[in-house]
Amino acid sequence: MSVGDSATPLGRVRGLGSAREGGEHWLTERVTSIALLLLGTWLIASLLILPKLDLRTVMEWLHAPSGAVPMALLIVIGFKHALDGLKVVVDDYVHEPANNFALNTFLLFLAVGGGALALFALARIAFGVAG
Amino acid sequence: MAVSILHRVTGGGLSVVGLAVLTWWLLAITGGPAAYATFTKVMTSPVGLVVLVGLTWAFFQHLLSGIRHLAMDTGAAFELGTNKLFAVMTIVGSLFLTALTWYFLMGVGQ
Repeated sequence: MSVGDSATPLGRVRGLGSAREGGEHWLTERVTSIALLLLGTWLIASLLILPKLDLRTVMEWLHAPSGAVPMALLIVIGFKHALDGLKVVVDDYVHEPANNFALNTFLLFLAVGGGALALFALARIAFGVAG
Repeated sequence: MAVSILHRVTGGGLSVVGLAVLTWWLLAITGGPAAYATFTKVMTSPVGLVVLVGLTWAFFQHLLSGIRHLAMDTGAAFELGTNKLFAVMTIVGSLFLTALTWYFLMGVGQ
């Protein structure tokens, strides 16, 4: 990493913590948070705008690209942000290395598994026959 | 302090309960009318509504305190008065936005 005089204070220290890593995790958490600000607001606005929330209306909404694509992004980025956030909590409170690794691995599997399940359900809606 | 802990609690709630409800909802949509009816029945029960209103509040609280943390990441708003004002504003704002959302949601109907 080149650190010139023009580097910002953040750029100068990024990746140089005592653990020599974590800068990327920190930044990812913030970038995904901005994406979820938009996607979460989109979800709530959509639920308010949809005329009804019955099965037919919701299926048609998620069958169209305008519904399916933001929902896919919400699932992927939402599970990623949840995993990143929970890791911070685990790292703060669970210091014993084996327990820390076990819990973080468990959360990783849960997040990837849950995200895959949600994406699979969405794919069935999006690529299935509408209504 | 309190708002910082609220950020963790709401984040944890959204991660576990929020994503579980979202995933269940998507599975129920693919599961056909019976599966969707079960989901609707549970979620419109008193307990289900408490969960949904709670998730709505958790979302807005986490969003607003998240924006506050992003601002503080830049080094801004560390003065005691300003800091406290913004902290209180996240709580007032999240309650207001939750009430507003459900006001319109009830109007839309199920």
